[in-house]
Amino acid sequence: MESSAEAYEATHVHSVYNAIAPHFSSTRHKPWPLISSFLTAQPPGTTGLDVGCGNGKYLPVNPTLHIFGSDRSENLVRLARSERSGEVVVADALSLPYRERSVDFVICVAVIHHLSTAERRRECIAALLRCVRAGGKVLIYAWALEQGTSRRGWDEGSEQDTLVPWVMRSKDKPDATYQRYYHLYRKGELEEDVEAAGGVVLESGYEKDNWWVICSSEET
Amino acid sequence: MKVLSLNFLTCAVKACKSSSDSYPLHPQDAELVQDEIELNPDMLINVLPRLDWTALRTTSSELGFPALPEQAPTPEELQADEKTMRDLHHLLLETQISEGKLVCANCGHQYAVKEGIANFLLPSHLV
Repeated sequence: MESSAEAYEATHVHSVYNAIAPHFSSTRHKPWPLISSFLTAQPPGTTGLDVGCGNGKYLPVNPTLHIFGSDRSENLVRLARSERSGEVVVADALSLPYRERSVDFVICVAVIHHLSTAERRRECIAALLRCVRAGGKVLIYAWALEQGTSRRGWDEGSEQDTLVPWVMRSKDKPDATYQRYYHLYRKGELEEDVEAAGGVVLESGYEKDNWWVICSSEET
Repeated sequence: MKVLSLNFLTCAVKACKSSSDSYPLHPQDAELVQDEIELNPDMLINVLPRLDWTALRTTSSELGFPALPEQAPTPEELQADEKTMRDLHHLLLETQISEGKLVCANCGHQYAVKEGIANFLLPSHLV
C-alpha cells in the first residue's frame, strides 16, 4: 500500500525531477567546496555512495575512488551516466539496494529535505548509516530555513514545509512551473534527526543556505 | 554497470536484507561490454578488503569468467602478481553489464538493466 506521504512525494518530488531533469541538470554543475574537499581527502580505492546523485556532479570529483551513485529520477541517472560516465543505479533512498556496512563513506546532498515527514527523513538517515562500515562517515546536506540573505527570503519563523516553484523556460514552449516539496531545516534540527536515527554527529555547520552534518554510526 | 558494483548491491526489498540468498544478485541474460581503463594499482589493492570475495567468485563464474581462487589474495600478494592484478582489473572495472536482469534468489524479483543502468525501484506491493 502506498502511504499518503509516498503519494505526495511522487507528485511533488519524483515526477517534478523527471520532468525538469535536463533543465535542472544544466544549472547544477559546480560542486560545493566542502563536499569536494571531503571527496578529495579520501585515499585511492576508497568506496563510497552518492545517494541522490542527481546528474552525478560529484561522481568525477576524485577519479581514484570507487563511488556508486543512485537517484530516484531515472532521467537524472541517465544524464549522470551519459555525461559523466557515472557508475549509477535508479533507486529510492528509503529502499536502498546496498549491502549493509559495505562502503567507507556516504554523501547525501539535497535529498532528505524532499521527504515529507520527520519519520521518513530519520528513516532515510538510518538507512544511510547502515551502508557504512564501522567508523565510516556519512555527509548530509539539507536546505536551511535560515536563508535571510537569499532571494527566496525565508528565515527563522517561516513555514518549514513548503512548495518551491521551478520555472522551466524553453525556447519553443511557454514557461512551465513545477512545484517541488521541501522541508526547510531549522538550526539544530539536522543534528536532532541524526541522533534520533542512531547516529553520532562528528561535525556540522552551515554553508550557503544549507545545514550540513558529518556523522557516523553509533555501533563501532 | 561494472562487475564491481554487483559486489556492493543487494536486493532492495527490506524483508530480503536478512536472508543470505538475497546476495549477490544473479545476472540473467546479461550482455557484457568491455571498456579499456587505465590500471591504477592502489585502486585495486585498497578495494580488496572491501570486496566480498565469495560473492565475487559466484558472480565471476555466472558471467563465464575463469574460476577465481578460493581465497582472496592479500594486498602484498596482489601487489607482487601482475597477472592477477590485470585479471581483477579487467573483471571488476573493465567489464560492464549493459543489458539483462539481476535476480534476487530470495524473493525472485528481477531488476532490469538497460543501457548499463539497473533499476531498483520496487512495485508498491514490495515496498
